[in-house]
Amino acid sequence: MNQRDPLRVGLLVTCLADLLRPSVAFAAVKLLNDAGCVVAVPRGQTCCGQPALNSGDSRDARRIAQQVIEAFDGFDAVVGPSGSCMGTLRHDYPALFADDPAWRSRAEDLARRSHELLSFLVDVLKVDTVSARLDARVAYHDSCAGLREMGVKSQPRKLLASVQGLNLVEMQGTEVCCGFGGTFCVKYPEISTKMVDDKLAHIVASGATAVLGGDLGCLLNMAGRIQRRGLPIRVLHTAEVLAGLGAAPSIGVAEGA
Amino acid sequence: MHAAPTAANNTFPKRVALAIHDQRLQAALDHASGGFAAKRQAQVDALPEFEALRERARLVKDHVLANLDGYLERYEARVLRQGGHVHWASTAEEARQIILDICQAAGARTITKGKSMVSEEIGLNDALEAAGYAVMETDLGEYIIQLAKEPPSHIIVPAVHKTREQVADLFDTHHRPLGYTRHLTEISEMVDEARQVLRGHYFAADVGITGGNFLVAETGSSIIVTNEGNGDLTQTLARVHIVTSGIERVVPTLDDAVTLLRLLARSATGQETETYTTVSTGPRRANDLDGPQEYHVVLVDNGRSAMLGGAFREMLRCIRCGACLNHCPVYTSIGGHAYGWVYPGPMGSVLTPLINGLSQAYDLPNACTLNGRCQTVCPVKIPLPGLLREIRRQQFETGITPVRTRWALQAWAWLARRPGLYHALMRIGIPVLHRIGRRRGGLRWLPLASGWTDTRDLPAPQARTFQQAWQALKGATR
Repeated sequence: MNQRDPLRVGLLVTCLADLLRPSVAFAAVKLLNDAGCVVAVPRGQTCCGQPALNSGDSRDARRIAQQVIEAFDGFDAVVGPSGSCMGTLRHDYPALFADDPAWRSRAEDLARRSHELLSFLVDVLKVDTVSARLDARVAYHDSCAGLREMGVKSQPRKLLASVQGLNLVEMQGTEVCCGFGGTFCVKYPEISTKMVDDKLAHIVASGATAVLGGDLGCLLNMAGRIQRRGLPIRVLHTAEVLAGLGAAPSIGVAEGA
Repeated sequence: MHAAPTAANNTFPKRVALAIHDQRLQAALDHASGGFAAKRQAQVDALPEFEALRERARLVKDHVLANLDGYLERYEARVLRQGGHVHWASTAEEARQIILDICQAAGARTITKGKSMVSEEIGLNDALEAAGYAVMETDLGEYIIQLAKEPPSHIIVPAVHKTREQVADLFDTHHRPLGYTRHLTEISEMVDEARQVLRGHYFAADVGITGGNFLVAETGSSIIVTNEGNGDLTQTLARVHIVTSGIERVVPTLDDAVTLLRLLARSATGQETETYTTVSTGPRRANDLDGPQEYHVVLVDNGRSAMLGGAFREMLRCIRCGACLNHCPVYTSIGGHAYGWVYPGPMGSVLTPLINGLSQAYDLPNACTLNGRCQTVCPVKIPLPGLLREIRRQQFETGITPVRTRWALQAWAWLARRPGLYHALMRIGIPVLHRIGRRRGGLRWLPLASGWTDTRDLPAPQARTFQQAWQALKGATR
């Protein structure tokens, strides 16, 4: 790749990383730069529109999709540190414009260029190692949309295997939803809490001291519950660890703690 | 048979709260769900052509649904030629009336039943009992919930919500008057005792009612599968056999039925094949040693033909295996009764609003994380999350979605479509949240966010938004 012109990548920051965990987006930028990409961050992006789409508000979902399509026009690739948001660009945008050929073709063009961060690094750019260190016994949670919509399963494990000091353990039920589900977690808090407690029980049983994942929604849900229950488990986005930011305060942990 | 709603369980959120705090239910669910998923996975791993089989099944079902009228007519003609009767019911009420009429014409008093979800769907037992018939469920799970006067909580294991101890207590209460006085603790002993109690009823029954897993157009046969053999006794020993089945269950040939049977057993109970697969073709013929004198098929529409022409046709591929229930983390958290009607889990969250009306079950399609595990295990590849989302869309567009939800969404979307304003506001708001939450690492309470903060902290944001930090960085390096 590096022999040719570098790939021009538009970073889909994701609203959650933008607002709550910018270090995830900085980690994505570093990983993409290290792989030889030139990264730009369009200002015209806010959110991918999933809350509207998943709540049945397809009119607003379409408008937000149009905004994203325009903001990312012209990039060789559009990459985001989330299977869920990138799944929306890849699979849902084209379907939103089923009756609008002009926008449909633009949506399909964006869909073809859209990638989840780690699958882009491993599958497209053929990255197979990173230089990072994290001394921890770590469980990896397979976020649902990344796993089932974007085929993210082996890529994070492959890259994490190259992180020094990191001991990856497979917990039970790693492919089972953590109970986040976007607005689900506030609409049906009792079910969501039961689901995240089931997930935490598996993490604890694995003996891991940290849990990683590729979607901030899941990570905020797990971290928030871990904090409330006072469990000694760190929560980090996989990209943060791979970019060598694993020593920073983990999600939901006070600075200097 | 359906327990009357009470103030404590008349809404989905209330039923959820009851279910999550019911420790016996939780124990039963934990015990069952892991087992089914592991058994299914072992079968899938052992069958290299499983994926190919799924694709073939999908094609078979899609072909049938595209030609449903033709296959139903062919099926009807074969049943009639065999000496059976076919009845068409467009609603649940019509279906109940047809069956009541058959029972009355047969001069029936007692009725045995094999497991049938369609009979649950049309509320058949209540109607039969109201008309004075003695009705006996013969599937062990159905028998247990009949004793408990509860609806099924799972489409293939209707009593999955009951622990062994609860079943033992039920048997104590109901079998003691029949002379069975020993308190049983072993499952095999309970099965034996239930069999002894049921045996007499098979012989005494005037009418046997079963479901129909598949209806075969080329032969006019109905097929059922059981693990207890109760279906065979129900349909062979009674004078009159009534099959109740949804119109979508017809398949072209016996070969097609076999394709689906191979998937059904593996997906449902994690077996290569169910213990009994029984093919019924018409009433007893001249040289038959046994079999019913009359054979009736009641084909139930009840909303299905309306699904055929619209966005929900794929739901009619469903073969009622229950794999989506067993793999749904919401179902395995709350059990089937919380869903409020006979079809629970992902398939029920699609079917219930489609059959009973979009406004009748607002919560069901919404109480789903769209995690997609159901779709990956569905033997006929029904895109369940997509269908649930389509129901949400129709609820939104027809004003069923609560006003507060709509308003909040539209306000958020209004802002999200104005990136300049959005980034300016977040640039102010995020540092405030950061300062409030920084010491603890998270916020314990936020206005209007109790759904999150009642049980979780909201992890505090880092000092400023990425967009702001990125702009600053770019400015510095420029």
